[in-house]
Amino acid sequence: MSANGLLIHYEYCSGCSSCVVACKNELKLPVGKNGITLLQNGPREIAPGKIEWDYIPTPTALCNMCEDRVKAGKQPTCVHHCLSKCMEYGPLEELAKSASQKGRKVVIFTSQS
Amino acid sequence: MKKEWKTANPDGSVTVRTCGWSPPGDHPVGCGMRLTVKDGKLIGVEGDEEHPITQGRLCPRCLDLPEYVHHPDRIIYPMKRDPKDRGKDKWTKITWDEAWDIIVPKIKQLKKDHGAESIVVFGGTGREACLYYYPLGFASIGTPNVCYPWSGWACYGPRCAITDYILGAGYPEVDYAGYFKDRFDDPNYVLPKYYVEWGKMALYSNPDGFFGHAIIDMMKRGTKVICVDPRMTWLGTRSDTVCQLRPGTDSALALGFINVIINEELYDKDFVENWTYGFDDLKERAQQYDPETVEKITWVPKETIIDVARKISMNHPCTFQWGLATDENPNGVQMGHAILSLAALTGNLDVPGGITLGPPAALLGKWRVETRRNLSDELWDKRIGAKEWPALSTALATTHPDETLDTLESGKPYKLRMGWFNSSNFLTPTCSAQPMRWYKALKNLELNVVQDTFMTPTAMALCDVFLPLPTFAEHDGVVVTHFGRNCVTLGAINEALRCGDTRSDIEVCIELGKKLHPDMWPYENVQDFFTQQLKPELGVDWNGLAEMGVYQPKYTYKKYEKGLLRADGEPGFNTVTGMVELSSTLFEAWGDDPLPYFKEPPYSPVSTPELAEEYPLILTTGARKPTSFHSEHRQLSVLREIDPYADVEIHPDTAAKLGIKEGDWVLLENMFGKAKFKAKLTPIVHPKVIHAAHGWWYPESNGEEPNLFGVWESNTNSLVPHKHIGKLGFGCPAKQMICKATKLNSFDEVTVTVPESYKPDVKPEVLEAEWKAAKIASPGSSPEALYCTESSEKVAAADIGVEKLKVSVTVEKENIPAEVAGD
Repeated sequence: MSANGLLIHYEYCSGCSSCVVACKNELKLPVGKNGITLLQNGPREIAPGKIEWDYIPTPTALCNMCEDRVKAGKQPTCVHHCLSKCMEYGPLEELAKSASQKGRKVVIFTSQS
Repeated sequence: MKKEWKTANPDGSVTVRTCGWSPPGDHPVGCGMRLTVKDGKLIGVEGDEEHPITQGRLCPRCLDLPEYVHHPDRIIYPMKRDPKDRGKDKWTKITWDEAWDIIVPKIKQLKKDHGAESIVVFGGTGREACLYYYPLGFASIGTPNVCYPWSGWACYGPRCAITDYILGAGYPEVDYAGYFKDRFDDPNYVLPKYYVEWGKMALYSNPDGFFGHAIIDMMKRGTKVICVDPRMTWLGTRSDTVCQLRPGTDSALALGFINVIINEELYDKDFVENWTYGFDDLKERAQQYDPETVEKITWVPKETIIDVARKISMNHPCTFQWGLATDENPNGVQMGHAILSLAALTGNLDVPGGITLGPPAALLGKWRVETRRNLSDELWDKRIGAKEWPALSTALATTHPDETLDTLESGKPYKLRMGWFNSSNFLTPTCSAQPMRWYKALKNLELNVVQDTFMTPTAMALCDVFLPLPTFAEHDGVVVTHFGRNCVTLGAINEALRCGDTRSDIEVCIELGKKLHPDMWPYENVQDFFTQQLKPELGVDWNGLAEMGVYQPKYTYKKYEKGLLRADGEPGFNTVTGMVELSSTLFEAWGDDPLPYFKEPPYSPVSTPELAEEYPLILTTGARKPTSFHSEHRQLSVLREIDPYADVEIHPDTAAKLGIKEGDWVLLENMFGKAKFKAKLTPIVHPKVIHAAHGWWYPESNGEEPNLFGVWESNTNSLVPHKHIGKLGFGCPAKQMICKATKLNSFDEVTVTVPESYKPDVKPEVLEAEWKAAKIASPGSSPEALYCTESSEKVAAADIGVEKLKVSVTVEKENIPAEVAGD
């Protein structure tokens, strides 16, 4: 069986932090610890009037891809609650296929150790 | 959705389906969720996939609900404090009966000795209380004075009023297929080709119940975005075009688009000919706003103006969303009028994929309007500021906010003696201008009652009896988008648990109402109340709605063709002329220009060049964050970790000139006040513009006076003047002030408090007078051409019948549209 992963189509990540808080609830983490964190690229001016600005949710070492939820037939909590629905969970092959149709701003994190 | 809304789990916990509203606050989106409770504790929040709009998604505020519900600082029992100890942390826990024993005799005495009008009920912004604070005032207490305190009523109310007068309809909203069970796939739906977001941040604000991320849903399907905003927002970086305009010049930009669309004959000729009034006058007015002139006023390049005008008129359908920037602008009535005119000219009103229009009567609005029956005509006539500001008081059932502060300070036309603050913490920078003036004035009231969930600066400063509110997890209710004025969904709020001894807004209305005006409250309990509201309109009782989960009313497009917008059943719009009024008969009757025009902000490099030398930066405020709702959520550790301080966005070039580095504390100051913010260097603002966060106070700091949880330290509204409002009484310049910025060595270098001898400064009033008298020049054109000219006599009353006009202008109690609530 292939490894699973988390796809982030960050073209649409609006930086709302729902994944961060949902994850904190799921893993019962205190302030200062997170299972997923929101990285920010920019905002920076790349040409006059043109701003590059991306939010990229990134799992931390504490992320277990919501083992318990997945076993219970649910999506990982970050995927479930994402306001932009820009996260997917599944086998890496399927995510790679999905990513190939999503343009430049997409990234896949794997659960492989 | 499943019929079952409450389930017992094997581990002894119970899961309850509900739709969220407030407190803790958000607008009435009614996001679907399941709350799990065990042993009296809220242990789980999970988004409900079955909800037709939110589909399982939840924002960080709802996800952090357990921290809010069980926060150690939450107040869950009534409390009292001796009025001489206001500002001190000297509270005594009491029972509800003890609270009523203080409140009820006082109300009776005030009514007997001074009249019911000596009591004023204050409401806040967006919370569930918006449905209930009017009835609380009118029918539970019996006063005509219900007040939304933000200068110029600058939140949602102006837009509702403009819509009433120009379109004669409920609230205009983006068509996001919300009415359809199968949403975007419904065969009657058409996806907008363009979505114009104007002065709004819908993704984070969920404005008035519109689910903000529906925009992302539409973008994924192919809708392109045009942003009109002084800041390059994140959505701006994903947009087809951004008009990064100078704050407060929106009406000039809208008129620039109108100029191009009319002169290039790109408008919808059929719609204009059949359904609009005043096209020729608007065409003539628009000639003053050619793209070159508008570029000079707004900083938006003329090529962009022409390009956007063509895009929105040559691609159909196209949808528009106007934001709070419409209200927080003394020129906002004209801005809103121009934006609605754009929607009309491009044929996008009430069509699939355009702008939906709510029916004239609000869902559940009948009861709210009827509660006014409790007031005699004589009493209703005493409503503060109603006679002076008919354009405001005809559409809104409240006092005039600025007049209310004047009355508090002057005792004229009568003395106010008691205040009731329903879910409103308006000394924090939320909905009052010059909050120090309000603070001083409200101290003079004999009794102040506050309903809230936490000890706020407003309650600590003023309150004598504190009545604790339950969160939305802890009471039964309904949540209706746009406060009923364009209902996309109506959801059931179901009580999952109850901490302490709290009472919801409607529970307080009924309980107090039965003591003072029992004939107005013939309901056994809350569920009986909702059954009586829902049955006639939806055909279901309270349990029926809970089983339904979410009710989606059917929507009819092109109602104006079918006679569904007017009470008389005739085709057309519910306006004086029966048409979309590109030239407004009512604005003219009330002494303003009937056509949209641009007027410079009261303070700007153009209108006050000398002041602008001292205060060279343009200050805009109020952009939303996903981790707070105005002044709420500041005590939640999980959300504070994400957004820890009040920040000010400064362009890196500007910061470098001022010696300000990322993370420095900065003092912002202008002729009205000062406040401190943490510097955030970012290119998303123009070098001449800075943006300061609103809603800040520091619940972790000392609550007692003079600190009051640091309410004055980062109070953006201290820099916003009182009563700089538009000619019709709407709008305040919260988003287009001027200021200077100075680097501080630390937060403590300057402490901002109310001066001991503080009294309303003469300086602001002098400036106010200067502003009113000022001849305001605009660049690139003669001042008169762009400045508000006194209302012309062009649209002769004869055209429409003087009698008809009079009837419309007269404030008829029964005919007032269902009142609206804050944004």
